[in-house]
Amino acid sequence: MEFDITKHSLTPKHTKLDSKEEEKFLEDTKYRKVHLPKVFLEDPSIQHLKPVVGDIIKIERKSPTAGVAYFYRVVSDE
Amino acid sequence: MIASPVFKKIDKIVFNALSPQMIKKMSSAKVVTPELYDKEGYPVDGGLMDVRLGVIDPGLRCATCGSRLKECPGHFGHISLARPVIHVKYIRTILSFLRGTCQECSHALMDEKKAKRYIKELADLRQIKPDIYWDKVRKVMAEMTKQTKCPHCNAKQNHVVLEKPTTFVEKETQLRISPIEIRSRFEKIPDEDCELFGLNAESLRPEWMVLTILAIPPVTARPSITLESGERSEDDLTHKLGDIVRINQRLFENINAGAPEIIIEDLWDLLQYHVTTFFDNNISQVPPARHRSGQPLKTLSERIKSKEGRVRRNLAGKRTNYSGRTVISPDPMLELFEVGVPMDMGTVLTVPEIVTEWNLEYLKKFIERGPKEYPGANYVIRPDGKKKKITEETKETAMEELEPGYIVERHIMDGDVALFNRQPSLHRMSMMAHRIKMLKYKTLRLNPAVCHPYNADFDGDEMNLHIPQTEEARAEAELLLSVKNHLISPRYGLSIIGCVQDALAGNYLLTRSDMKMPFNEAVSLLNNSNVTDFSGLPNKDTVTGKEVFSALLPPDFSFTGESKAIDLGETGKEVLIRKGKLTKGVMDSNNLGQGAGMMLRKLHEMYGPNTTIIILGNIFKLGIQMLMKRGFTIALSDMDLPKKVRDGINAALDGAEEDVDNLINSFHAGELKALPGRSRNETLELKIMERLNAARDETGNIVAENADPKSHTMIMAISGARGKLLNLAQIAGSVGQQALRGQRISGGFKGRTLSCFKEGSLTPASRGFIKSSFSGGMRPDEFFFQAITGRDSLMDTALRTPKSGYLYRRLSNAMQDLKVEYDNTVRDVSKKIIQFRYGEDSIDVSKSEGGKLDIAPILEEVQR
Repeated sequence: MEFDITKHSLTPKHTKLDSKEEEKFLEDTKYRKVHLPKVFLEDPSIQHLKPVVGDIIKIERKSPTAGVAYFYRVVSDE
Repeated sequence: MIASPVFKKIDKIVFNALSPQMIKKMSSAKVVTPELYDKEGYPVDGGLMDVRLGVIDPGLRCATCGSRLKECPGHFGHISLARPVIHVKYIRTILSFLRGTCQECSHALMDEKKAKRYIKELADLRQIKPDIYWDKVRKVMAEMTKQTKCPHCNAKQNHVVLEKPTTFVEKETQLRISPIEIRSRFEKIPDEDCELFGLNAESLRPEWMVLTILAIPPVTARPSITLESGERSEDDLTHKLGDIVRINQRLFENINAGAPEIIIEDLWDLLQYHVTTFFDNNISQVPPARHRSGQPLKTLSERIKSKEGRVRRNLAGKRTNYSGRTVISPDPMLELFEVGVPMDMGTVLTVPEIVTEWNLEYLKKFIERGPKEYPGANYVIRPDGKKKKITEETKETAMEELEPGYIVERHIMDGDVALFNRQPSLHRMSMMAHRIKMLKYKTLRLNPAVCHPYNADFDGDEMNLHIPQTEEARAEAELLLSVKNHLISPRYGLSIIGCVQDALAGNYLLTRSDMKMPFNEAVSLLNNSNVTDFSGLPNKDTVTGKEVFSALLPPDFSFTGESKAIDLGETGKEVLIRKGKLTKGVMDSNNLGQGAGMMLRKLHEMYGPNTTIIILGNIFKLGIQMLMKRGFTIALSDMDLPKKVRDGINAALDGAEEDVDNLINSFHAGELKALPGRSRNETLELKIMERLNAARDETGNIVAENADPKSHTMIMAISGARGKLLNLAQIAGSVGQQALRGQRISGGFKGRTLSCFKEGSLTPASRGFIKSSFSGGMRPDEFFFQAITGRDSLMDTALRTPKSGYLYRRLSNAMQDLKVEYDNTVRDVSKKIIQFRYGEDSIDVSKSEGGKLDIAPILEEVQR
């Protein structure tokens, strides 16, 4: 039996920024990619996004303080 | 740019292992005899205390550098070992080398092409991604270990196992590989091959891990102490080195005399043991070397390691001067920001004051009074930095030579800044700056309202006092650490300092609508609580308590809130302050208390810390004065209930018992249906507990309704000064169910809790339900149940404290460098993002109300 973990209630929503969004994101926030947290290329919860090393993954988490909090991770192979 | 005074800059630091040649080169003496001193008490040549290794006796000169005690830094010596021994700290590396290199030709077990590729790869990795370098090395090593045949000479490889602590055995032949053999194998390993093991052959050749020569630390690193009896007591390291030298010499002699191999082997093992324990005396499977008294020796590793080691004891934490510590006690007449300092500390703790032409005469007076008479001075520091102690004899000369530029260390006086601290220093409020107030008697005094941030009580607690010694330190202490800047907790954004106990009860009674007093009494009340401005008080013959309280508030202060208690003649809990007048409601722990204090929070928001701390101090004192004027006491009769009420309580409890009996009967009859996801037993327990809790609440309500609200016990509970209604219910009504790990008490005997119950009994009484009250007295079995839970909670607190302490240590060490940057991200020192918005909502809790931003009142303010 295969289970789609992205449908699990404990898996937060992951989305991939496309190149335009990514450019805007980096420009708006002035974040540098090397300073962002990483996510494994093989991470099960991003497999459906067909990630490539260097992609930025946006994670939408529930937060007890803010309601919804956004996290960003850079796909990394190490 | 101005020329920088830096003429040598450290580019990098490399940690290397000492090579045998290096040890020999830096050695200034070869140690050959375990003797320390000759008959005259002079260090023996070639002994462990050799004068060439440095001096620790006053008067002697170092034979190496010619300097005296304290000038000579000490010099290393060496011992050449009769047979090589393994260095314990390299044991894992030695094992990987033995497994990864050929036992015949000593090449790495990998063909040349592959090896070359890996070496290049590793070198690159080290430059670009140092964080995964070691993972890669481990992988390469694993690959070599797997080989059973040498790719260079085709020799078959035996599997090497480590027999702890320090012997290596070939698994197939069960033969020991002697350190000599290991060394000779390692000597043949080519430099490049070392790279495959993550080793730079220039820094550490593999064969250096097998010791042939041992560096002896200088005498200055292991000084001996002379006891009062004139006897000398040597350092633990010297003892250990003595053992090594003694065995080493015996080994030499036996080898030279051609003794049988068994004897030599035994001595060799012994030498290995001594060298091992010299480095680390805490290795598993090695019995620690001990003193004659039986306590383990502290050798090299123990000197550095753990809490008592060099790092945490001497480098990360140090002892301080200008500090004091004693027992604390309360003094409600002190201001919140003051600390009472006993006179005995006053003559020891000092503040440096620079002499100018304007304070010359003033400071001369201090010197004149000397170190004994308060306020005097203990030291004078000349402009050249010479520090002179002031005594009865030197007083006169010190006063004469005093001129601008000198520094006088005068005794602390009222108003000086001091840091006040109580361990464990878990949050920033554990160390705050107070103003000194010199007092008689022997304890440090603090206002009971600041106990909460320090978590202090007066059952024998001690606290520390530090006196900042520079202008910068004083300024920083006042700006960042003073009590007034810590009224609001950064944890939950509410007042952490507030009224307690009698101050709460007093303010509750004062602001209740039945409080009226003549004008002159109100004035005296305010006067006693440090208020001198009575303009806030209405000019009437009789004033109400609310008006007295309002006299402390700023005239334009407005506040809407909710109290815990209900004012007499009111139905709601609303508290209203309009234009500095308390018009409705009572003041209690909801608005004045610590950890709540909504009114204090509002005051702080509107008028800032300086005003708030003064008002809070006044409110506190007013409450105490009020209670003193009125008188306050409790009696057992406070908890007495009329017979009718007691009957009502009993009826409620009986009803519960009957219901539980019915539940048990239906359970035994098989009629009780299990709840989803629970067994029938669990369902029964759940239902019983539910019913008994309801009974407890019911009795609690009966007690609350029928207890005399005028009784002082009730006043304390209502105002939040001390005790909860639950405590009252337990005293007057019923103690209730005793729970162990969330369950009713079970076990102890077979199928029952005590031998006075029937086996398998599930009745409330047999499972720890205490029907009696504290005032009525408990039955023996009930008493026992109470003791069970009492002991359990005692154990729990005793065990939890150290556990959570260590947890906190790990947490704070892991997060100590994290910082909120200007873009609201939380980042570490390398600017890596930890959190994208601080707390995920970018709210500074200390500037919010309970972690939330309430915009409505701000809008209202703006619109108006």
